[in-house]
Amino acid sequence: MEKSKLSDPFEEARINKGYGKMNDQDDPVTMILRLKDVRKCAHNWKVFQSEAEPGRIVVPSEVNIRDTRQIPFEVDPPLHKSYRSLVEPWFKRPLQPEYQEKLTAQIEEIIDEVIVKDSVEVIEDFSLKLQSRALTLLLNIPFEESEIWISWGTHVFRSEGEALDGDKANILYDYIDKQIYKAIENPGDDLYSMLLTSEVNGKKLTHEEIKGIIILTFAGGRDTVINAVTNSIAYLAEHPESLESLHNNPDMISKAVEEFIRYFSPLTQMGRVVTEDTQVCEHAVKADSRISLCWASANRDASVFENPNEIVLDRKINPHVGFGFSHHNCLGATHARQIMNILLTSLAKKIKSIDIIDYKENIEDLDQFKRKVGYDSISVNFNAL
Amino acid sequence: MAKITFVTTDNESIILEGASGSIMQLAVDNGVSGIDGDCGGVCSCATCHVHVAPEHVEKTGEASEIETDMLELNDHANEYSRLCCQIEITDALDGLVLQVAESE
Repeated sequence: MEKSKLSDPFEEARINKGYGKMNDQDDPVTMILRLKDVRKCAHNWKVFQSEAEPGRIVVPSEVNIRDTRQIPFEVDPPLHKSYRSLVEPWFKRPLQPEYQEKLTAQIEEIIDEVIVKDSVEVIEDFSLKLQSRALTLLLNIPFEESEIWISWGTHVFRSEGEALDGDKANILYDYIDKQIYKAIENPGDDLYSMLLTSEVNGKKLTHEEIKGIIILTFAGGRDTVINAVTNSIAYLAEHPESLESLHNNPDMISKAVEEFIRYFSPLTQMGRVVTEDTQVCEHAVKADSRISLCWASANRDASVFENPNEIVLDRKINPHVGFGFSHHNCLGATHARQIMNILLTSLAKKIKSIDIIDYKENIEDLDQFKRKVGYDSISVNFNAL
Repeated sequence: MAKITFVTTDNESIILEGASGSIMQLAVDNGVSGIDGDCGGVCSCATCHVHVAPEHVEKTGEASEIETDMLELNDHANEYSRLCCQIEITDALDGLVLQVAESE
């Protein structure tokens, strides 16, 4: 059961001190590790702000590769609410039955593709395709567009190493510029066109604002969704009895989705910039320094979750922060939950078991902590039901 | 069976009848605006936040510690706040009135 395990590297520091330290490009981060503290800091946007220099609240920092402010992500109240209210109905579209039907067709098609192969590299041949194709639904653009995104590979922001790569990021930013110009020429029913006709506080959105919303849509839901999907497959490979439970008890699936999100915590942490000298966990943090809300640690906090290191498929009370917390909670969560829900439903319907052939873990280096977040590659064989 | 009234943020009253399951599920199944129940009822998303009519607080009982912790950091919470995924429908809830809270 070791191949699909995601251990909790934060436990000792969380219990003993409540925080950890990480250097990141000479802009150090105090990592907040306990669930209650994470929630409190996430809620306190005045002291722990998101509206800092664009890219600075991301860990690792993106200040050197991006000038565009991601919206609503890097805007705080009261302006945050205006942007969020504008985009929220669009990002709730995954609740519509016709959206779910299309997503089901996409996911079942991918499963049918891989089921006949002897060996499938899950990230390239399954998760990246699934994520890219599903994004066409979220943007409401033609399916074929996903082929371009698939051709970019998994790392749009990183080269082969883990370092941030400005040239690679520019591929995405240039692409988005072009798509906005295209939508100006040829308006349709897509997200670009919706934003082009929208106003916030009586003013039309600028090109830069639209770009900021679209970058967020692309960047926020790429590695995270790929990790969630890949980790789910690895887990079900080692737990055929769980696949059977989901097959026999479809009512359990929505709880299983939340539990997978808690356990996998596809986004390890998100930063904030401190606006005044203050304290967290009786530890002084200085104005203009950074903290991070460590979702992955908070989601294993034993003072809230019983048996935190076990996946309990039907965990009834599960106040996890896998999608963040408070004002800035994940805008794409509705889409992500539908992907996970339909993925588990479709796998339970079509797959009997999965064999892991070979794998290489993706370990994030967080200085004092090393955290497995997923896989660089994992080859499996799907056996049909 | 219990008759439950939801008053939305637009001041629309919707009366629904339920026998079992959570109040959140009843509201979601009937499309009550402002109750999304994104997390399916595991107390993680706070998108099923309601204010119980003060005279009905005894019917619904008190929130658990985990629920209270969620509500404590909600800008629209007050002493009558509940996450209605955590309230099971029983006959004793007949006549309950819930005001749907504003979303965060």
